[in-house]
Amino acid sequence: MAADPAAAPRQPTDSTNHGLRVVVAWLILSAIATPLVAIYVGPLIPPGNASVQAQGQVFTNQVMVSLLTPVLCLMAVFFGYGLLRFRVRRSEAVLDGPPLRNDPRVQILWIVITSAMVLFLAGFGTYELLKDGSGGGQGPNPIALPAGHKSAFQVQVIGQQWQFTYRYPSLGGMESNQLVLPANTLVALHVTSLDVVHSFWAIELGAKADANPGVDNVAYVETKGPTVFHVRCAELCGLWHGYMFNNGRVVDSAQFSSWSAQEQRIFASIKHYVNRDAPFAHIYLPDPARRAG
Amino acid sequence: MTEAAAVRPSPPLWRRLLGFNVLTGVVLGIGGWYVGWFGAHAVVGPSLDYFGDIDYNELSVYLAYLGGVIGFLVGMGFLNYPLARLRGYPPSLREKEEAGWTRYFSLCTDHKVVGIQYLWGIGLFFFIGGLNAMLIRTELLSPHRQVFPAGTYLTLVGMHGTMMMGMMTSGILGPFANYLVPIMIGARRMAFPRIEALTFWLLMAAGAILTTSIFFGGFPTGWTGYAPLANQANPGLDNYVLFFALVGVSMGLLGLNMIATILTMRAPGLTWTRLPIFVWGVLSTAVLMVLAAPVLIATLGMVALDRTAQTSFFLPAAGGSNYLYQNLFWMFGHPEVYVLALPGFAIVLEILPVFARKPLWGYRLAVAGLLGVSLLSWFVWQHHLFVSGINGDLRPFYMLSTELISIPTGFTFLCGMMTLWRGQIRFTVPMLFCLAWFFNFLVGGLSGVFLSDVSSDVTTHGSFFSMAHFHYTIMGGLVFTFFAAIYYWVPKMTGWQLNERLGRIHFWTMFLFFNSTFAPLFAIGFLGQPRRVVTYPSGLQFLNDWVSISAFCLGISMLVFLFNLVWSLAFVRRPAPANPWASRSIEFQLPSPVPVHNFDRIPVFSGDPYGYGEGPVPSLVPAGSPAGRD
Repeated sequence: MAADPAAAPRQPTDSTNHGLRVVVAWLILSAIATPLVAIYVGPLIPPGNASVQAQGQVFTNQVMVSLLTPVLCLMAVFFGYGLLRFRVRRSEAVLDGPPLRNDPRVQILWIVITSAMVLFLAGFGTYELLKDGSGGGQGPNPIALPAGHKSAFQVQVIGQQWQFTYRYPSLGGMESNQLVLPANTLVALHVTSLDVVHSFWAIELGAKADANPGVDNVAYVETKGPTVFHVRCAELCGLWHGYMFNNGRVVDSAQFSSWSAQEQRIFASIKHYVNRDAPFAHIYLPDPARRAG
Repeated sequence: MTEAAAVRPSPPLWRRLLGFNVLTGVVLGIGGWYVGWFGAHAVVGPSLDYFGDIDYNELSVYLAYLGGVIGFLVGMGFLNYPLARLRGYPPSLREKEEAGWTRYFSLCTDHKVVGIQYLWGIGLFFFIGGLNAMLIRTELLSPHRQVFPAGTYLTLVGMHGTMMMGMMTSGILGPFANYLVPIMIGARRMAFPRIEALTFWLLMAAGAILTTSIFFGGFPTGWTGYAPLANQANPGLDNYVLFFALVGVSMGLLGLNMIATILTMRAPGLTWTRLPIFVWGVLSTAVLMVLAAPVLIATLGMVALDRTAQTSFFLPAAGGSNYLYQNLFWMFGHPEVYVLALPGFAIVLEILPVFARKPLWGYRLAVAGLLGVSLLSWFVWQHHLFVSGINGDLRPFYMLSTELISIPTGFTFLCGMMTLWRGQIRFTVPMLFCLAWFFNFLVGGLSGVFLSDVSSDVTTHGSFFSMAHFHYTIMGGLVFTFFAAIYYWVPKMTGWQLNERLGRIHFWTMFLFFNSTFAPLFAIGFLGQPRRVVTYPSGLQFLNDWVSISAFCLGISMLVFLFNLVWSLAFVRRPAPANPWASRSIEFQLPSPVPVHNFDRIPVFSGDPYGYGEGPVPSLVPAGSPAGRD
């Protein structure tokens, strides 16, 4: 392009070190904001501390908001300073800015920092995931196994339009429409479906696993003290999807024994209708899923 | 070159209505619809009465709409040229490239006409989709089902999502790339002008098909259409299948056309490093379109076979796999969301230099960012399936690849920010929308970190959190830049200025109420409200009502825009100067509106269009330069 400095609109001269100002303001703001966010905002993020996995998620969220706060601060400082300092009023003449086209140092610094953050996040996320599965559904062959998973308390969660049924293989295949779990226990949730895709979401426990027909989707969750939690279907499953919710309870072991004894008495009278030999899902399909004509 | 074409005496109106135009297209389309409908009934079933009783014959829905689309295209005149060639007539290039409003309602091969057709056509469906959102928020004013029956509510949700995701895939490439890419690369047309027109009219046919799904009971699946729910759904789901398949055809052809045009038709001197960044954005998006659309079309073909021919690709109960559907859908679906987002990046980077009065900073890095996002978007799709139980051991890989995509996205941020740095920033309406993009996409990107990490995704997946996230990225990323492009280029496209004061009112109300609508949804999602529910815990009513009222105000801000558009273009009609923004881009060196054949002589490029502060704009056709090819 033919450079013709005489014809170019005059560029304003400016020797202020704007970059230094922004960096200093950013460092100060980040140093103040990051601990505040980490300490006060992070722990407020759900799902809370009703289970070990939920606590793990809260910790993950805490780390992430702490890491993202400096990013937010940089943007706030940059745009706050830049837009105020370099603005031009509409009435003023149109001048061109300095023709800065590149600065390899800035590019390399930016690439290094964003790459480091991304790799840290991925590494940290993988570590947190593999530690105990984070309460997420992992399919029939889970790889993120919490300690003591072999002796976990087994519960099968069976989704259908539009409710969840809970089946306790270790209690004689007893079934209930209430999810009651013993306190301070590692629970293996085996989630499956009879018809369409559902998603079992125990909100306060921080557990979510899709219910797929013919698939045993395992999620681990380790309960803590007695509490009440909400269960909702989190995958669109048809007409009454919005009504597919329920409450669940975590109770201490004495209460759990009395509850299960009572449920087993009720269940005994109908057990012969529910012929179930294998403990888990695959043969649970009653009929081919027919279209609701 | 003015529009004073050869003037012949105009025939009377009734005579002009007869011919290959949209009216004939609709009439033949309706005829073709009934041919398909009764044909399928006659072929498949015992009798019409039988299907009348069971109210259920999917094949007839498919054949009816296929017949309708074919009739519509015949009526538009898409078969004339192939038939003429078969009969031995010589090839010709152009159709309806003359002045007059009728060309907007017929097959026109002028890329500028197609761009304006796209703008109004997509705008129409954008407003229908937005109206659906208003109705959804009306229902969610109350924690219990109040206004709509549950099935109607799900249809509204599905229509909103499908309309927005389907029609807005071409939201920027349709109007702005069709209009601007040939001009920006110094060409007089697209590589395949008839295919260009076809993509638009196919999209309009698709929009009509989706809208009429309400006459077949709607569909309960949302825009994702997961099997096996899709297999038990009303015939309205067939409309969804046909709609998305036609969108796929239109999208793939549009992408191919763009790639061919950009690769082969650049004017002399327009090397790859001089290409406007918008053209790079179009190219990277077009690659995604061409590669993603076939996956979508094939998947929906299998759904159609499952529903009509009793195959069971996606039916677990009969040996199929619903995971297969989810895999295929998201293998299309994740590139698809970058088809929506990437043109937004390009528009921001195209407009920032004009109003910061500085060259685009880090041109090569910006290109690398666009191409990097385009490439990486193919390796992330199973992050939509983190808790589905599919490939549990691949989750760390998808977590890494999803987070990696923020590196090339960061390039766009860096280039945009450094372009602003030490600039002479003027806050015009298009600039305001571009600056809002930084805020919106930052919030969208940072919330995306929570969804990309499996551990925090367990809670946020499928909740209103993810809904808020993708509205920040797609509405905040695409729709805001869509409006930036409208305020920036519509004066050039129509030759009339838009009202700036109304534009500012539109921007500030939209920005304010957009955030007021979607920011609380992050909290609502964390607190346990899944997507697409018609009920929610009464404790969340305050937040939901806040969101609903903000959403209505957001809707009103869109009416401000609509008023501005109609008022400025239909009533005030203040002529736009050739270069209202003092831009160095080539389209602003041409008169407003751009004449029919763009350039008197094909221009010769001697630099990129971002040389602010580097001297006067070079002449389009330097003296003594060889004439470019047509």
